[in-house]
Amino acid sequence: MSNPALSTGGQHLSTDEKKVLIKSIISKYGIYFVFLGLVLFMSIMHPAFLTVNNILNIIRQVTSIGLIALGVTIIIITRGIDLSSGSVLALVSVIAASLAQNPDWGARMYPALPMLPIVVPIVVGLAIGALCGGINGFFVAKTGIPPFIATLGMMIVARGAAMIYSDGRPVSSLTPEYNFIGQGEILGIPFPVILFAIMAVLCYILLNHTRFGKYVYAIGGNEQAAHVSGINVGKYKILVYILGGVMSALAALVLSARISSGQPGLGNMFELDAIAAATIGGVSHSGGIGTIQGTVVGALIIGVLNNGLDLLNVSAYWQMVIKGVIIVAAVVFDMRKNARKS
Amino acid sequence: MQAEAEVVLDMRGISKSFPGVKALDNVQLSLKKGSVMALMGENGAGKSTLMKILFGMYSRDSGTITLDGQDVQFDSALDALENGVTMIHQELAPILHRSVAENIWLGREPVKGPLGLVDHDKMWADSQNLLRSLDLDMDPKKRMCELTVAQMQMVEIAKAISYNARIIIMDEPTSSLTDKEVKHLFEIIRRLKEEGVSIVYISHKMDEIFQICDEITVFRDGQYISCVYSRDTSQSELINMMVGRELKDMFVRESHHIGEPMLTVHKLTLEGKFHNVSFSVRKGEIFGIAGLVGAGRTELIETIFGVNQKSSGTIFVDGKEVDIPSPSTAIEHGMALLTEDRRQTGLSLMLSVEDNGCIANIDNYINKFKLLDLVRLRKETREECQKIRVKTPSMSTPIGNLSGGNQQKVLLARWLLTQPEILFLDEPTRGIDVGAKAEIYKLVSQLAAQGKTVIMVSSEMPELLGLCDRIMVMHDGKAKGILSHEEASQETIMDIALN
Repeated sequence: MSNPALSTGGQHLSTDEKKVLIKSIISKYGIYFVFLGLVLFMSIMHPAFLTVNNILNIIRQVTSIGLIALGVTIIIITRGIDLSSGSVLALVSVIAASLAQNPDWGARMYPALPMLPIVVPIVVGLAIGALCGGINGFFVAKTGIPPFIATLGMMIVARGAAMIYSDGRPVSSLTPEYNFIGQGEILGIPFPVILFAIMAVLCYILLNHTRFGKYVYAIGGNEQAAHVSGINVGKYKILVYILGGVMSALAALVLSARISSGQPGLGNMFELDAIAAATIGGVSHSGGIGTIQGTVVGALIIGVLNNGLDLLNVSAYWQMVIKGVIIVAAVVFDMRKNARKS
Repeated sequence: MQAEAEVVLDMRGISKSFPGVKALDNVQLSLKKGSVMALMGENGAGKSTLMKILFGMYSRDSGTITLDGQDVQFDSALDALENGVTMIHQELAPILHRSVAENIWLGREPVKGPLGLVDHDKMWADSQNLLRSLDLDMDPKKRMCELTVAQMQMVEIAKAISYNARIIIMDEPTSSLTDKEVKHLFEIIRRLKEEGVSIVYISHKMDEIFQICDEITVFRDGQYISCVYSRDTSQSELINMMVGRELKDMFVRESHHIGEPMLTVHKLTLEGKFHNVSFSVRKGEIFGIAGLVGAGRTELIETIFGVNQKSSGTIFVDGKEVDIPSPSTAIEHGMALLTEDRRQTGLSLMLSVEDNGCIANIDNYINKFKLLDLVRLRKETREECQKIRVKTPSMSTPIGNLSGGNQQKVLLARWLLTQPEILFLDEPTRGIDVGAKAEIYKLVSQLAAQGKTVIMVSSEMPELLGLCDRIMVMHDGKAKGILSHEEASQETIMDIALN
């Protein structure tokens, strides 16, 4: 089954073969080179960039978007989209925070509430995320409306629900246990960074080593073929959106704990940053293509850009322009990479 | 025949490589004015690649193209069109929700007035004239999605002709046409010839080639083999040239023992598609379903497989009545379905050979940690692909890079991995080359010899007649009769179908 024309392992490669080899390496690992180049550039431009503290800082800053991006990566691989992540984050943040307020705080949301174990706000928060995702998934899978529309609806509804629940005010004065989720450190490493790393590894395993993962790619690759191959497409779509909701909820816990406050305005436009991270990382919106490692690098690129441009005193307005250009450039690059097969 | 007609198009020494594959190696093609040149070869022989180079869709690595004595290089399809070369593509790409006329004049809509607004009246009128000149009875204002596939194909042909091209490339133009429309197309081709238009005709269908083509160029594995006059050659000689070996007997019927009834269908109905269909197939039997397109054959087996929900009737597997609400239940009952349309319902083009091969059998690789045993998954998928001789650079190659025959074999491997007892094969050899066909026939009879039950829908009579133990003839949603291998012939089948 081996084709002699294809053995790239030999030493005597013709220049043609070398060209093909280099091309395939660039198209496969291009995004990693871009990332390294960016890090190199920033390191040269500013001495404070490449320090342990700053690196940890960058990762910590991208954890919320990164967590959402992990979920949205899997959703996009099935040819879906999730616009509701930022709003779900806000809703979860106010609900979870309301269950984790200091008992001695006068303006508590539930004055009669005793001090609850830390698992309560966490579990309730994750459940709310799962519920929102499940509703998204239900409408996508069972009514057949486009994911863009289903999650656009959820984006507006969840934001409104967060406002209603909190009466438009921040939910503050949270317990130290809760704050640990966003501010704590283990062995000098910020807890959010550890959480992000664990979730990235779990998602990697999920996509590459489980039936769920194979089905996600199959559904994105050709939904009808997946159906005929005995895959319960609807069920897996719902699961994918539930996972997306849970990742938004995790991001909500991290973010609200970090600022020690749940806020109905939190996470505004996070869904777009997360989609951008996944897209920069090579996830294809036509489905079937994408990796977790790519998305992690995509999120880090956004983090490095934010951080580096801050260090270089680039104005926030210009930062937006630069980020927008980079996102489109990444997709153009990606299209060229995929255009070769026809 | 005009023996010394002038050469309009001469392609020489054309080579083209894709990453990992040499698609064309120093091939040539020479086309005379007012003649039809067939381009033949197995799938993957490089026919479509050469035509895409001519049409400006691919760039060549080396070689020359001479058009009317002048060297040309088309950088885009537009370039080719402006130079009088048009192409009817194998895969139709109509804009479904726009009208016939808008599809025909796409990209060159007539405009009027200082604002350059689209001149719809002229567009309708021109379309009307064009369609009428080709004896096509069609309303140009109709939307494409309201047409049948065959009608869409005829629109595509009309569109190619509307460019007033000197050279028309036809890549499998009859793949979805009925006999009547094929005849119509041939009349159009004859008329074009008289007007001095030259045609490159790519097809797998031998009888068509001999009916309409003057010369035949044969490719094999990206190489030029020969160019012959069609009156000087024969079908078997062509097959030899295409596959490079003798195809003694396409249909080797292995002796197989026919056992107990395995699948019984009683008065199965899907409203609007088929009614009260009953039959019973035994272990080790190859059961063919013949009929015209639209007879309800595909719908019938898809309904048994749980893709469609039956309106009424019962299904028995191995003597027990079963309810099959979805394909996953069908798979649990040991069924497998190789679907009719590889691209629509079979392949995920961007995924690897491995991922396409293993997808129906994932449940068998889950270990106690709920993770996939990837080592075993890879090994078994690879072995199954090797067993049925899938040719691929590697298991991680995107399946879109393989030829049609190899894609079909991967899909077959997908189902064989599930170790099915009942196999439904819907047009298993559509659009694949002679060599791959013979291999699939052999596999089918081997499966029957192993005691599997095979139900095969096909529009190719020879394969039904050659392989099947019994053939059920369907027409207009009804089972009209079942013929034994001995009784069945083209005539008896058509007789039953149409009476």
